[in-house]
Amino acid sequence: MPHHKLTLRQYLVLGLVGLSAPLGDTCLSRGMTRLGSISLDHPGTLVAAVFTPWIAAGIVLLIGFFASYLTALSWADLTFVLPTTAFGNVIVALLARFWLHEPISLQRWAGIALITVGVGFVANGPAVTERPASESQKRPEPIAALEEEQVR
Amino acid sequence: MTLLFSAAAPGAWSAAGMIAAVVLTSTTGEVLTAAAMKSIGDLDEIRARSGMAGAIGAVVGCPLFFAGVSFLALAFFALLFALNHLDLSLVAPASASLTLVTNAVAAKLFLKENVDRRRWTAAALVCLGVYLLAH
Repeated sequence: MPHHKLTLRQYLVLGLVGLSAPLGDTCLSRGMTRLGSISLDHPGTLVAAVFTPWIAAGIVLLIGFFASYLTALSWADLTFVLPTTAFGNVIVALLARFWLHEPISLQRWAGIALITVGVGFVANGPAVTERPASESQKRPEPIAALEEEQVR
Repeated sequence: MTLLFSAAAPGAWSAAGMIAAVVLTSTTGEVLTAAAMKSIGDLDEIRARSGMAGAIGAVVGCPLFFAGVSFLALAFFALLFALNHLDLSLVAPASASLTLVTNAVAAKLFLKENVDRRRWTAAALVCLGVYLLAH
């Protein structure tokens, strides 16, 4: 089993996962709203959209996201990595507030608070959980017994 | 679903269909990708052992990874399509927050991840938070 405590490097990878995804999505949405309405009768326009600057920039960011996301998934659970990804939205909202001086409504502050608390919840737990069936033989007895106790 | 309604202005059902398409394809893709990465093992260790090329080779040589990426690509185009017909303020929060919950369920069912109360709470909080933030 991989180490349960994350190293600084692994935190950096998680940070990259969180930041690159919302920045990439923002680029994509900027690009897509600049194009007119696309119908399925002309699927070619959807492919051509890939080569417009905003969408191309968004794709480059999302490739960076994907590389760091894959790395994170190789040593952490999906249910650990995904809430971390959502934390990127908080960072972008805070950047918009303090760097671009955009106003943030009360509703958005509530959203920021909920995501932060949620991420705090998982971040306090282990990054990788033991698989109940296949891994239980490898574990020392006391831990297995303790976990069975928690399940009940 | 999406194909059927694309000609008309998006109503509630076609909007739901577009969002469901994004959520289903991305959940499938993410679970398959996560399963692939788990089967490969710690990428940092592989890279330390056999270099960047070795790490890329390990990922590219995994069939599950391609299945996952195919679904993620489908999800990407489903998202582009939905963004073109619906408002970002609807698509982004709805698909992002729903995906969090479907992923937690799928991770428990298919990846056998130990989704305990802590992680259910986190998924619910983040789901609600993403919705409030992006709406």
